Amino acid sequence: MRSCSKTVRAGVLALTMGLGAALPAQAAGGAKEPMDVDFQFEGPFGTWNYPSIQRGLQVYRQICSSCHKLENVPFRTLTQIGFSEDEVKAIAEQYQVDTINDYGEVEQKPAATNDEFPAPFPNEQAAKAANNNAYPPNLSLITKAREHGPEYVYSLMQGYVEDSEIPEGVNLAPGQYYNEYMDGHKISMPRQLYPMMVMYDDGTEATVEQMSRDIANFLVWAAQPEMIDRKRMGINVLGFLFILSVLLYMTTQKVWKPVKEGATPWKDIIERDQANRQDA
Amino acid sequence: MAGVQYRPQSGFMQWMESRLPLVGFVYSAVGKGYPTPRNLTYLWNFGFLAGVCLVVQIATGIVLAMHYVPDATMAFQSVEHIMRNVNYGWLLRYVHANGASMFFIVVYIHIFRGLYYGSYKAPREVLWMLGVVILLLMMATAFMGYVLPWGQMSFWGATVITGLFSAIPVVGEQIQTLLLGGFSVGDPALNRFFSLHYLLPFVILGVVILHVWALHIPGSNNPLGIDVKGPQDQIPFHPYYTVKDGLGIVVFFMFFALFVFFAPNSLGHPDNYIPADPLVTPPHIVPEWYFLPFYAILRSITFDIAIPFTGITLMSAKLLGVLAMFASILILFALPWLDRSPVRSCKFRPVYRIFFWVLMVDCVLLTYVGGMPAEGIWPTLALIGTIYYFFHFLVLLPFILPRIEKPEPLPNSIFEAVMEGKSGPSTPQAAPAE
Repeated sequence: MRSCSKTVRAGVLALTMGLGAALPAQAAGGAKEPMDVDFQFEGPFGTWNYPSIQRGLQVYRQICSSCHKLENVPFRTLTQIGFSEDEVKAIAEQYQVDTINDYGEVEQKPAATNDEFPAPFPNEQAAKAANNNAYPPNLSLITKAREHGPEYVYSLMQGYVEDSEIPEGVNLAPGQYYNEYMDGHKISMPRQLYPMMVMYDDGTEATVEQMSRDIANFLVWAAQPEMIDRKRMGINVLGFLFILSVLLYMTTQKVWKPVKEGATPWKDIIERDQANRQDA
Repeated sequence: MAGVQYRPQSGFMQWMESRLPLVGFVYSAVGKGYPTPRNLTYLWNFGFLAGVCLVVQIATGIVLAMHYVPDATMAFQSVEHIMRNVNYGWLLRYVHANGASMFFIVVYIHIFRGLYYGSYKAPREVLWMLGVVILLLMMATAFMGYVLPWGQMSFWGATVITGLFSAIPVVGEQIQTLLLGGFSVGDPALNRFFSLHYLLPFVILGVVILHVWALHIPGSNNPLGIDVKGPQDQIPFHPYYTVKDGLGIVVFFMFFALFVFFAPNSLGHPDNYIPADPLVTPPHIVPEWYFLPFYAILRSITFDIAIPFTGITLMSAKLLGVLAMFASILILFALPWLDRSPVRSCKFRPVYRIFFWVLMVDCVLLTYVGGMPAEGIWPTLALIGTIYYFFHFLVLLPFILPRIEKPEPLPNSIFEAVMEGKSGPSTPQAAPAE
């Protein structure tokens, strides 16, 4: 995924400017390059790893969602990752959302499938007040909002080091933590993933690596639910255009053959035109 | 370039043509009645491709505008709504966003083709200048379009670019306020950018019509850069270039599709998926790739011009940078007169041919530097690149090349040059051009 997009960028520049040149890598200040991970959704023929996405949802619900929003992801979309409508309904009903009753009072009701995951805080100020003045970002776009997003999420989850391993000279303010993959190495989120923190429904062993991979898979789906459909459509589009281009190439060759051999169609047209004019 | 008139055969078409000669118009514009040089290469596809890009942008843009909300609190969210809830909204938006980049790729190739083959020279000066107008309009349109998703780069890009106008002496601040509808980028700016982003493409369309009109007066230039000597040098536009443009557009769409379907965000900046926040400045504010060379020129000047020993600044570095950036495009208007060689095509200009490629390298350098932070060696390289850019147009072309370059002999005619060494019917008698 990563090298692919770099190649693409370089290709564009090469085509634009007629010379090969890579765009400047916008390296984050002092952060380690995220680990290279092979995800199943990568590549033109990538597919969703549904079990992993479902496990990632479990990680989000049990860990991330206590601080992070997941905007624009209604429960109903969970049918896309392999849940039945009844299962989705059951998941939604575990959440409470505000509603206004017939008397104009705000009251709580179980979420419907059309509702989104409720935000953990009513507003930004409340979120900051509860998190040492740091604002936990919305996660439904996080893999698009960071360079190498999926790998970044995967790496960041595992980027915490023991206190003894923090390089000298790094001054962490209260509420700050050291993370190798964070821009500037300072992050306001403490380490979240410890082995076996989640009891996976499917029995998978919840290692830190496994949970990191699963949450990355889930967040990629949350950010780009259309991705696999898009790639499949892309294959069809390219296939169609390729066949069309072959046909058009053959047509071009056929149409141009006499001209390549020295025919002078414009001269013929003019002569015919003059003859027509004389007739008239 | 006299073409051949459409002659309707059927009674109905004769009746129609004498009332509304639409078919005849198409016939003479892109049909059998429009003569074109017989030796155009695939580089001559890019004008048509640019036109297709404009149509794609307008078509997708109109549908996007049906779902987009130009309001600072809702713009970002409405784009997400398009991406997630609108049927094929993601396709529309990715085509539109990547379409802008495709448009610039195509137009840059189109411009450099013009530079290489001398398409700006007499009698095509007005054609060329209309093209520069289109480029300027495209840049304005693309800039305002990039603001609309209201992400971090949208907001801060708008802040930086509109801030340039404050460098203009005396009236700068007022101009900036007028552009923004306020003292900083906010709701009024977003609304007027949306309005103008919808308007300008139709202005571009108008200038494109003039551009094509101006093209049809002298007809296309060609890789040899010599004038058409007679009808044996020409072929009708249809079917020869319609089929060639058809092939070109399909190949171009394949390239386009690679981005739209497989790497739709590779040309954008991740920060633009973070909602605009006036309180958080991104570490590196970078424009879209197609603005990078101009951004490099803008930032290349880091010194003021002052009267020595008095401490009076005549021109601030910022103003100089802004002037240099605008001059780098405006200079193209003067190109037909800066280049004094009577020979059009680089094929026969041994020295200019080398410097054309040096200019290309310079532009790649400026693009690269434009994407780097303004620290270390980069500002120096930007300055060198900028100086060379202006040296090319203001010194090399008008003063040095005429002295040192001896053009190679031109072929007698396109037909002769094309058929050289090929077996075929012997060269027909040159007939006078109509």
